[in-house]
Amino acid sequence: MYDFDFIRPASVEDAVAALATDPEAIAFSGGQTLMPAMKQRLASPSAVVSLTGIAALKGLRDEGGRLWIGAATTHAQVAREAADSYPALASLAGRIGDPSVRARGTIGGSLANNDPSACYPAAVLGSGATVVTDRREIAADDFFEGMFTTALEEGEIVTAVIFPRPARARYEKFRQPASRFPLTAAFVAQFDDGVRVAITGASEGGVFRWTEAERALTGNFAPESLDDIAPPDAEGMISDLHGSGAYRAHLVKVMTRRAVANA
Amino acid sequence: MHKVSMTVNGRPVSGEVEGRTLLVDFLRVNLRLTGTHVGCDTSQCGACTVHMDDQPVKACSVLALDAEGADIATIEGMANADGSLSTIQQAFQDYHGLQCGFCTPGMVMAAAALLRETPRPTEAEVREYLDGNICRCTGYHNIVKAIMAASGQEVVPVAAE
Ligand SMILES: Cc1cc2nc3c(=O)[nH]c(=O)nc-3n(C[C@H](O)[C@H](O)[C@H](O)COP(=O)(O)OP(=O)(O)OC[C@H]3O[C@@H](n4cnc5c(N)ncnc54)[C@H](O)[C@@H]3O)c2cc1C
Ligand code: FES
Ligand code: FES
Repeated sequence: MYDFDFIRPASVEDAVAALATDPEAIAFSGGQTLMPAMKQRLASPSAVVSLTGIAALKGLRDEGGRLWIGAATTHAQVAREAADSYPALASLAGRIGDPSVRARGTIGGSLANNDPSACYPAAVLGSGATVVTDRREIAADDFFEGMFTTALEEGEIVTAVIFPRPARARYEKFRQPASRFPLTAAFVAQFDDGVRVAITGASEGGVFRWTEAERALTGNFAPESLDDIAPPDAEGMISDLHGSGAYRAHLVKVMTRRAVANA
Repeated sequence: MHKVSMTVNGRPVSGEVEGRTLLVDFLRVNLRLTGTHVGCDTSQCGACTVHMDDQPVKACSVLALDAEGADIATIEGMANADGSLSTIQQAFQDYHGLQCGFCTPGMVMAAAALLRETPRPTEAEVREYLDGNICRCTGYHNIVKAIMAASGQEVVPVAAE
């Protein structure tokens, strides 16, 4: 790992200013993605702007019935503190990686990174949540733009995520045991005005909504509603040594079904 | 170089580090606390597990400067005040929870974090909590037995999943 300067501002304004003055500087939250990437020299920033010292980016609170989560809130804290307010989300957070990863890794880092196999993007897209940044609010449907790509601009930082609370929801993850990421996972959420289904770990385009399943489940929220629906096209699904595209496409349906059954 | 200060095993410490200095290197090189091991350096194995403000973290994946002001506990701080082994350490010895011993500091620190959160875990909870700790000697059964014993529970023969 090449050396870099280290800055740990106490406010969002100072963090944004530090990123704006140096285009080679990067935001650094839990480091659970960045540390391994920097060691492999996949990232070699001139400066690291740590977000861990900014109190305004941490914690969970109720906001008019919706759940506000600060971007630098760890997976462990969400697992503990959302257990009552949004159990499906808490359960997802409690299954990310392992206890040490959950003690450092953050929701903002996971979303900004948008790994095609990450867990949180499924919850954010599946809940129709809003991503809040230092300069605007971005609807989940507009935030994820493909593998490792988001709507974030240069130097823009995620400050919070706001989740509407569904009547019922569930995340089902088929774990890839070596990496602990999902091989494929589904997040299903039932709202008064319809059902949302978000799939991660499957598509080369990253997290996506499985709209055929959404329509069927909005009609009747039951596993049988998926009986007559074909899994998504295997074309465009991730194919690697852990599973072929066809296998992942198959898992999309299996995981969605399980999520509905257990919601 | 930057100055960094933290508490390690109850003792205030400080030192000069680079931006890229890892917490594990600060512990091993600056403080000469070499009980914390580096097994993979890719965040996979957990040999470097220490406690940071009472939570388990992989010290190879935390920057020393990000631990400014933190309360760190390492394997060197685990023994009882009189130097005798702690309950968890003694259980690892009694139940042969180690072979080469390389993963052991991380295993003991993970076990201590688990038992603080869940004083009487089930066997499944122990296995799940050790997800991020790899034992190259593959002595998992005895590690699980040791942790069950350390939690004051009966140790029954365990089978792989
Ligand atoms: C062993 C292991 C297992 C894992 N298993 C899983 C798993 O099962 N599921 C899963 O989803 N993830 C998993 N992860 C990844 C983990 O969840 C990471 O915590 C997460 O992907 C990144 O969050 P972070 O806070 O660590 O971000 P960092 O590593 O600090 O940053 C990641 C990226 O986001 C940017 N960034 C960080 N915060 C912000 C912000 N607020 N605004 C804008 N940009 C920002 C950084 O510049 C960087 O590009 C695993 C990681 C490890 C090491
Ligand atoms: S050395 Fe830190 S996880 Fe392996
Ligand atoms: S005892 Fe040898 S690695 Fe675990």
